[in-house]
Amino acid sequence: MPALPRLRTGNPQLLRGLRARLVVGFLVVAALSALTTALLTYQEARNAILQRSQDIAVNDLRAQVNSLAPELPVPPAQADLDSLRVQLERSGKSRDWDISVHYSGARDSGDGSLRGDVVIPGGLKASVEKRHVPAFQRVDRGGDPWLLIGMPVRQSDGRASALTVYAQLPLNAEESNVEALVSAAQRGALPVLVLTVVLALLAARGVLRPVRGLRQAAGRIAEGKLDTRLEVKGADEIADLSRTFNDMAARLEESMAELRRLESNSRRFVADVSHELRTPLAAMTAVTDVLDEDADALDPDTASAVRLISQETGKLARMVEDLMEVSRFDAGAAALHLDEVDVGETIRKTLQARAWQKRVTAQLPADVRAGLDPRRLDVVVANLVGNALHHGGEPVRVRLHAPEPGAGRLLIEISDSGPGIDPEVLPHVFERFYKADSARARSEGSGLGLAIAMENVRLHGGSMRAANSPEGGAVFTVDLPLRHEEAGEPAPDASADPPDDEARTAGGPAADDERDGVRSGAGKETHA
Amino acid sequence: MPRVLLIEDDAAVRDGVSLALRRRGHEVAAAASGEEGLEVLPGFRPDIVLLDLMLPGKDGFEVCRLIRAERQLPIIMLTARGDDLDVVLGLEAGADDYIVKPARGEVLEARMRAVLRRTALPADGTPAAAEPGPAPVETYGELAIDRAGLVVGKGGQDLALAPSEMKLLLFLSATPGQVFSRQQLLEHVWEHSYHGDARLVDACVMRLRTKIEDTPRSPRYVQTVRGFGYRFGPL
Repeated sequence: MPALPRLRTGNPQLLRGLRARLVVGFLVVAALSALTTALLTYQEARNAILQRSQDIAVNDLRAQVNSLAPELPVPPAQADLDSLRVQLERSGKSRDWDISVHYSGARDSGDGSLRGDVVIPGGLKASVEKRHVPAFQRVDRGGDPWLLIGMPVRQSDGRASALTVYAQLPLNAEESNVEALVSAAQRGALPVLVLTVVLALLAARGVLRPVRGLRQAAGRIAEGKLDTRLEVKGADEIADLSRTFNDMAARLEESMAELRRLESNSRRFVADVSHELRTPLAAMTAVTDVLDEDADALDPDTASAVRLISQETGKLARMVEDLMEVSRFDAGAAALHLDEVDVGETIRKTLQARAWQKRVTAQLPADVRAGLDPRRLDVVVANLVGNALHHGGEPVRVRLHAPEPGAGRLLIEISDSGPGIDPEVLPHVFERFYKADSARARSEGSGLGLAIAMENVRLHGGSMRAANSPEGGAVFTVDLPLRHEEAGEPAPDASADPPDDEARTAGGPAADDERDGVRSGAGKETHA
Repeated sequence: MPRVLLIEDDAAVRDGVSLALRRRGHEVAAAASGEEGLEVLPGFRPDIVLLDLMLPGKDGFEVCRLIRAERQLPIIMLTARGDDLDVVLGLEAGADDYIVKPARGEVLEARMRAVLRRTALPADGTPAAAEPGPAPVETYGELAIDRAGLVVGKGGQDLALAPSEMKLLLFLSATPGQVFSRQQLLEHVWEHSYHGDARLVDACVMRLRTKIEDTPRSPRYVQTVRGFGYRFGPL
């Protein structure tokens, strides 16, 4: 039997699964028990068979010797001994006896000794000739078992005589009987092992099917289908486990529902607050132009106050706008309105709309076309460039890297010539309301600009990185796929039948997008 | 100067917007509800309607539909939510454009001007949208388009097209077979800030189809080119 592989889960190829381990376990047990049974049976049977034939042989010999020996003259001549030997051999024909007869004191004649130059082992000789008790011994000669019998002949008065008879006889017949036993055991072992495998597989299936069900259920839970429940059958450990699993799933579902409720409540709160703020802001924003126009005609203090109100109203409006946008992202209600655009052209328009062409060096290769949401791309670029202008330092560079042929991604790099971003701040720049230093805390924007930019990039299935370039200055890199992967089945609403599949996930307003720290040079918001 | 009818329920917004528009030389009539606005409309005869969506009683969508049923004057929705559904429903109800509150006076002004330009009869009798066609009335299948008179007929019947629908049809039919992306259409037809909103285009195309196509679901005239945009024909 080959060495068993170690039963360790760490053995990746073999015995990884419960099934394999069960089968191997069953096999080992079955093989061991079969082997043990076979060995014991073999030994017992062999002994019994040999024992019986020995007994019969010894008894036969004794009977023969007892019937023939009294006729021997004492001391017997060699011829008498020979004739005894011959008679004995003849009586044992059927057994193929080979007899030799010794008479102590008389030299053994050559043909009186045993065939094959068998040397009588000393122990046997001693017990027969010294202690005058019959003895026998099984010997192995050339792979064949033989039985040696030594028999001291007693005189009629029971005293030991000087006559001993040795016989050897082959045990081949008995041996083949035993071998038949062994081969029968062997032939029986194979079906037993096969049966064992089948039984093991059945047992494994009985255990594994519920385990598989459990695994699938756990997988579904992991996917977020918290209403997954197992069917509880019977009253075994698996059933207990299923019950426990169901309890766990129910608890999980409850607590998740609670969390979701709290979360959606707070989201709704943010959205509601922003929404409620909008109406007064709408009234205020509408008249800021009037304030700005007339401020010059007022006395200086009032003029400052009026300008301040106008300015802060604008800020407040932007902040509420950003909050609305964030709450839309959080609610998963942000929709991509994909369109086929020339990316370079789109970026150029972003810069033009805010009168930044002069302050920004743009490297925008022509004919980079991509399917994306131009409004959202505008928000992203405007935010990054605005930040670069305000917090970095001019010159600011915008570079569009045309995608490699065959590559499905484009890169937009926005770098400034400022001091760069503090390495401690770098990991947090995309967090909401993260202010790099308290001095800047009320400087520009809502503190949501970069977070919104990041969400917009993510919505496209892209990513954004912030780093410091070796030459100094911060570098923001936007990595966008040329095509949004989620474009699934065509829009079911064939009546609308828009030319692009809209990846539904929220729609921003087509409101003006002056984000964080972005004030157009002319100080006016362009909408057309 | 254009005459503006403002329908807005919040007094502060009404006053603020009215003030801002008057300062810019517009004549403004303000109504606090849809019903009131519909009453004022025939007497005031505005050039353009600014319509809040969230109104007590008849909401903005319904008011929009009622106005559209009778006249083809430009309507701009004022919405406090940039939420998709709102905007799309408003556009489907027949609005030409929308503005998200809060908006500055100059934004209101710019949007109104764009919509009015879209619908005004060109001074010299030629549409500003494209090169004039060779014939005064062009015929495409059952459609008859009179560019100079801004009249579109189908099977002998004049069609009542809203301003943006008219402008869109004139623009697309000027170069039959050419595909325009929604972005291009936004810029040419709506004169929107370029990161405007494709929903305007989609909603307008849908409304236009219901008026000019035999079967809006399989359009002959205004066709969708998936992944690119829209084109007129080829028939």
